Amino acid sequence: MKLIFEKGKKGRRGSSLPKMDVPTKNAVPEKFKRKQAANLPEVSEQDVVRHYTLLSRKNMGVDTNFYPLGSCTMKYNPKVNERVASLPGFTELHPLLPQLRRGGALTQGALEVIYETQRLLCELLGFSDCTVQPLAGAHGELTGVMLMAAYHKGRKDHARKVLLIPDAAHGTNPASAMVGGFITQTVASDDNGNVDIEDLKSHLGPDTAGLMLTCPNTLGLFDPNIEEICELVHKAGGLNYCDGANQNAVMGRVTPGTIGFDVMHVNIHKSFSTPHGGGGPGSGPVLVGECLVPYLPVSRVQKRDDGTYTLRYHCADSIGYIAPFYGNFGIILRAYAYMLTLGREGLKRVGENAVLSANYMRVKLAPYFDQQVDRPCMHECVLSATPQAKKGVHALDIAKALIDRGFHPPTMYFPLIVPEALMIEPTETESKETLDEFIEALIEIVNLVDTDPESIIACPLTTPIKRLDETLAARKPNLADV
Amino acid sequence: MPYIANTKEDQQAMFETIGCTDFADMWRKSQVVVPEPALANIPEGMSEFEVISKLRQLASKNATELHTFLGAGYYDHIIPAAVSEISSRSEFYTAYTPYQPEASQGTLQAIYEYQSMICRLTGMPVSNASLYDGGTALFEAMMLAIRSTRRRQVVVSEAVSPIFREMLYAYSSNLNIELIQIPSGVDDSSQKALLDAVSDRTACVIVQYPNFFGTIEAWEKFNEKVHAKKALSVCSTYPISLALLTPPGELGFDIVTAEGQSLGNSLNFGGPYLGIMAVTTKLMRKMPGRVCGRTVDSEDKDGFVLTLQTREQHIRRESAMSNICSNESLCALNALVYMSCIGKEGFIQLAELCASKAAYARELLLAIDGVEAVGGEAFFNEFVIQLPCDAAEVVGKLIDKGFAAGFPLGRYYPDRKNQLLVALTEKRTKEEIKSLATALEAVL
Repeated sequence: MKLIFEKGKKGRRGSSLPKMDVPTKNAVPEKFKRKQAANLPEVSEQDVVRHYTLLSRKNMGVDTNFYPLGSCTMKYNPKVNERVASLPGFTELHPLLPQLRRGGALTQGALEVIYETQRLLCELLGFSDCTVQPLAGAHGELTGVMLMAAYHKGRKDHARKVLLIPDAAHGTNPASAMVGGFITQTVASDDNGNVDIEDLKSHLGPDTAGLMLTCPNTLGLFDPNIEEICELVHKAGGLNYCDGANQNAVMGRVTPGTIGFDVMHVNIHKSFSTPHGGGGPGSGPVLVGECLVPYLPVSRVQKRDDGTYTLRYHCADSIGYIAPFYGNFGIILRAYAYMLTLGREGLKRVGENAVLSANYMRVKLAPYFDQQVDRPCMHECVLSATPQAKKGVHALDIAKALIDRGFHPPTMYFPLIVPEALMIEPTETESKETLDEFIEALIEIVNLVDTDPESIIACPLTTPIKRLDETLAARKPNLADV
Repeated sequence: MPYIANTKEDQQAMFETIGCTDFADMWRKSQVVVPEPALANIPEGMSEFEVISKLRQLASKNATELHTFLGAGYYDHIIPAAVSEISSRSEFYTAYTPYQPEASQGTLQAIYEYQSMICRLTGMPVSNASLYDGGTALFEAMMLAIRSTRRRQVVVSEAVSPIFREMLYAYSSNLNIELIQIPSGVDDSSQKALLDAVSDRTACVIVQYPNFFGTIEAWEKFNEKVHAKKALSVCSTYPISLALLTPPGELGFDIVTAEGQSLGNSLNFGGPYLGIMAVTTKLMRKMPGRVCGRTVDSEDKDGFVLTLQTREQHIRRESAMSNICSNESLCALNALVYMSCIGKEGFIQLAELCASKAAYARELLLAIDGVEAVGGEAFFNEFVIQLPCDAAEVVGKLIDKGFAAGFPLGRYYPDRKNQLLVALTEKRTKEEIKSLATALEAVL
């Protein structure tokens, strides 16, 4: 399909602007003016709308297809959340308004949303305090890591420079640790997919700043030794960070703050139903136990005795500004609506149904694939397509064949410690019928590996484009049309 | 239960398949044995109608009817209706990061077009697919300069947004980076002092264009001198101003970042916003964040794919260029549709409106007894005025009269207590400007 720049005609317009009601006379000196107008499209509004509507139809989304992308929690994005997030009383609010004198009184509704969202997250996850400022999951990780650094610095414990990270972790964990100024060491997993406790012990010492643990882990497993692990790290003088990317599995069932974790982030765009937006915006609130509260980023939303809300900027030990304002407010608002809708009972039902669906998938598909660990999983199951790979059909090929059958593929080749991994996360919002259709499709593909492997390797056939030359893309990058 | 599809009957059938009797049995068998929380302080769920009513009521406690002259990096521009109509198509907003290109050509082509649009606007050859916001983009720019030069000193002008500078400080506190801030006038960013601070340990100089006080400055010669010292030059810019101003790419900047909110994204009480980053070709492979490239498929047909992924955390882990994963894709789509609608001529017309209204407003405000000019005459849509008393107090009084009159600089610059930063956009009418002047005169 043509680019928007290749459409339209000189002089064509897609917008109307207010009339000039003041003298046309600006204060931009000639010498600073650009010689050539920015080469933007010249298209009508209809051209724009048709172009992007047609583009949208080249996408799979949760609203059009089953999207069991492991570790991404592609659950349904409720429409009421979109509705409340588009209320002008929120969208038109300037973030600097509460920082003006008497401006706070004019933003009470927005401040209450932030305060209440933080309170509900604290209750749901078992922590003392929360900041909704981090703008994505990895940004939450970085914030959490900075809080840990501030804690050790505050205790003048300057030797604690090492963060321990299990080998199955998401790539963001070691990357966030690095951006936060730490050195990372890798802790091995044992044969059951749990943290290898002996290996953990061998890494603990006076240089240990803490452990970053995804819980449940990226193999989709809940580590039964979790409390012992947290205790070992505490005894060594470290802190425990919970990567809550997989919190959907244990929503309403496990409160990480009460089992030994000191700090945690959650991905609002995963567990709390806000849309992924084709890659963002996300939101990654960070929750902390008592010991880290003084270090939380500014500003802090506080509730006064008279029930009104205010922003506090002077917090002596705070790590400072990690975001320009109060987080991705529009996303927080959706999460707040989600929690209000579900309430206590609804939130409890989320985790258990997500786990039930994943185990159903696992049991039905286990005969056709290898499993690194043969035990009940959490919200996602990790299968290995090594039996198929031996016959020349790889996880990638299976993924493409699923696209032709109307399903978005599962996550492939992650976690890295599982060869030919296919990581399937059905979520609680999908029905048994959908799961059954997906299972049937996958079994059909596996059978074709024996009878007609070529037909799988040729996939996808139904998409707007076939498999792309990714080597060319990286070797001779064409990143813009200018 | 809301949003849970399976009936009791479905659940029963699934329990039988997996060999469990009920949920408690399932938790036990999956080794989740920690105590179950009561969640006593979480209220009962609400119906859709009740949720909307509650949120409507909260929204009504926020004032949106103010005549706003508040900017300071975040601006109240017109957003054509088509922008939100497109980005609320759920094929866009319910999709994930386009890791499966065959099922994501819509998102991918949009990202490629967005990157192209940013290049056309900034005059830079390479743009990424977006970062979180203008402040984190500036931090990433700083880190890119540090990686690329292998130097750890950074010189920052105080005429860079104080909010962004606060963020740079917070992020570099554990990274053994030496941040040097150079005091600045409203009129100029003390270019000589900035250059004097550049040494053979300097990774980059960071400036803002137009600067935080709204002033437009010449940077071409400055950048040549920075390069002569083998340091990089970084600027944070305001995209709408680039309709009129020489693009930073033509001024010799190596890295250009911006807060992209003004391009079709609502103010939204602070987010989600859009972090823009564009770089020189030389820095392309060290740039953080996702990037989309154009290539061909097995039948030689054009297509788009995420590329240069070996820079990223999911491949390189602790050696990645950044920890960023989720970005602001949907906000980038807003910006793209916005720029397509506004179009080549419209963009200039829009900027002329902003700039002319600003010039008009400044004239009117300066005519008030006791209000004085601060700084020079070269500005786009924002300028500083000196009041005879504390600007924060004046702003407080004007809020009661229905105006957000501007940003009192004393909040971040203690020696500028009486100064007010005033911003104009195409939305403010002549009448509003005149009534602001009248109201200001009345409270002084």
